[in-house]
Amino acid sequence: MSDATRIDRRFAALKDEGRSALVTFVTAGDPDYATSLEIVKGLPAAGADVIELGMPFTDPMADGPAIQASSLRALASGQNMVRTLDLVREFRTGDDATPIVLMGYYNPIYVYGVDLFLADAKSAGADGLIIVDLPPEEDGELCIPALNAGLNFIRLATPTTDDARLPSVLSNTSGFVYYVSVLGITGTKAPDIGSVTQSVARIKRHTDLPVAVGFGVRSAEQAAQIADGADGVVVGSALVNAVRDSLDDTGAATGSTAGAVLGLVEELAGGVRQASA
Amino acid sequence: MNINAPNSYRTGPDEHGRFGIHGGRFVAETLMPLILDLERSYKEAKDDPEFIAEMDSFLEHYVGRPSPLYFAERLSEHLGGAKIYFKRDELNHTGAHKINNVMGQILLARRMGKTRIIAETGAGQHGVATATVCARFGLKCIVYMGDVDVERQKPNVFRMKLLGAEVVPVSSGSRTLKDALNEALRDWVANVEDTFYCIGTVAGPHPYPEMVRDFQSVIGLETRKQMMAREGRLPDSLVAAIGGGSNAMGLFHPFLDDKDVEIYGVEAAGHGIETGQHAASITGGAPGILHGNRTYLLMDDDGQITEAHSISAGLDYPGIGPEHAWLKDMGRVNYISATDREALDAFQLCCALEGIIPALEPAHALAKVIELAPQKPNDHLMVMNMCGRGDKDIFAVAEHLGVDL
Repeated sequence: MSDATRIDRRFAALKDEGRSALVTFVTAGDPDYATSLEIVKGLPAAGADVIELGMPFTDPMADGPAIQASSLRALASGQNMVRTLDLVREFRTGDDATPIVLMGYYNPIYVYGVDLFLADAKSAGADGLIIVDLPPEEDGELCIPALNAGLNFIRLATPTTDDARLPSVLSNTSGFVYYVSVLGITGTKAPDIGSVTQSVARIKRHTDLPVAVGFGVRSAEQAAQIADGADGVVVGSALVNAVRDSLDDTGAATGSTAGAVLGLVEELAGGVRQASA
Repeated sequence: MNINAPNSYRTGPDEHGRFGIHGGRFVAETLMPLILDLERSYKEAKDDPEFIAEMDSFLEHYVGRPSPLYFAERLSEHLGGAKIYFKRDELNHTGAHKINNVMGQILLARRMGKTRIIAETGAGQHGVATATVCARFGLKCIVYMGDVDVERQKPNVFRMKLLGAEVVPVSSGSRTLKDALNEALRDWVANVEDTFYCIGTVAGPHPYPEMVRDFQSVIGLETRKQMMAREGRLPDSLVAAIGGGSNAMGLFHPFLDDKDVEIYGVEAAGHGIETGQHAASITGGAPGILHGNRTYLLMDDDGQITEAHSISAGLDYPGIGPEHAWLKDMGRVNYISATDREALDAFQLCCALEGIIPALEPAHALAKVIELAPQKPNDHLMVMNMCGRGDKDIFAVAEHLGVDL
């Protein structure tokens, strides 16, 4: 086991506080680099405990239309892997505590070069990776090298991950486990709270890692309900939609873009904190 | 000859679904249990005499196999050089090779107790084949199709609807085949219990490239027998068009270890490789990961997938099957390309000389036959896979030729 990362430290601190983490997802460079940096810089103060930063990809096949659209907006504004790592680096100059998890698909990393990417991501100040299209069967590609480089590799567990398969899914997972609460793509269906609580309990029988729950969480009320039974609540599509809804007719950011996202994060953070109060 | 040549080119994939560095299982966790289940079910089925007998019976009586191996005499005379044979897979029920694979996958889906079939389609041939076989077995069928393709392949869209399929136009991304594949994968992730994803080409996560290849290999196996019967020996060369590469893999695979057989895969060069507007993933791409496998892809320096271009909707895909990618790396198959213009010329020549209206996909292969045949001696036996008929393309061709229908 490598040294504790910001992710490990943050979840441990929240456990001491007796509350769940709010994990927020936004796409790097959506709708443009400057606005995106403003949003990411504002997230901790708005109540985000962990930041998931999407690495844009043209073909995010496990994501819904909201996240694909945010990827395409970012790419259209000139975002690429180099600029995503720049964004992490700029964020780190003002915040050395909030964990950043880079989330996305394997191809842009593969093309960047795995070893170079891991070195650059680590030095920029990233703490972990969630790579949607790398199941345990492909651990040799990036997961093992990432762990060796001192980054957490956070795996998704889903309703189709049964007890027989859970150990292999959890084996090289670190930081936290991301439980996908619904069958389907991001941002489409609402999770069923009862079955989510049961599933989190099932995963916790197999691991001591924190379990965060995502996919389909939109409101402070839902966040509060999920926070009751999980170590973290992930919100993504709702934030990305807040970006979209704030844009002008040409698709450009407006004065209200960052505020719209951060305002929603404040509401959600209220829900998460209320659950544990 | 390649000094790193393996003892056999026909043993792939390995247990991880790899062909060299290509292939694999790059999918979201939600799909992993389904893919492993499919792999187990396929392994059991392919060695089950009952499954094989059922498959053979439907291929004979419903699809119309074996398809003829036809000596294209006038084309051979016109070009001078090689004796050109067409493997007539355009004579199959539904007019293309696609149904060979669909029949296998649907029989497998029935065995697995799946009741809802999803598919992606580009030109519409795989969609039509899937809708057809689903109608035959009373299965619910949903076909994802980029809305650009819905527009340029209207006759096939109507066919699928007549056959009872629901056609879902896909308006995300570049609105073509790759986006239809994304949407089909998204559907599968959301409907894991009852749904079988019938992929139309030798791509996607393991075991699809292997399974689709096996179902299409009937093309090459028949060709061997038919050529032995006609000429008393194996062909000297094989030529087939490649989008994802299923018709080509079906023809090539049974011949891969016959070292004297030259093999040519023809990609779509669109407006020309140098213009960047093409669909030639091997000639103009690099290795990357998309749709569950590593293979040659069209992409930019940042790993973002770029749009393919071809006059043929069936070749308009920014990737290629991983086994082709490996055969390219091993040097066993020659991957070349034909432009839109060359394909259109070949299309017209074939109509005029042989009375066969080819699909625009095999017209690309034919364009290279036109180039290669004259360089060969008169006793050279060349087989081209006529993998689809061109009725679906006459509107597109008319438009390119400036004819108002």
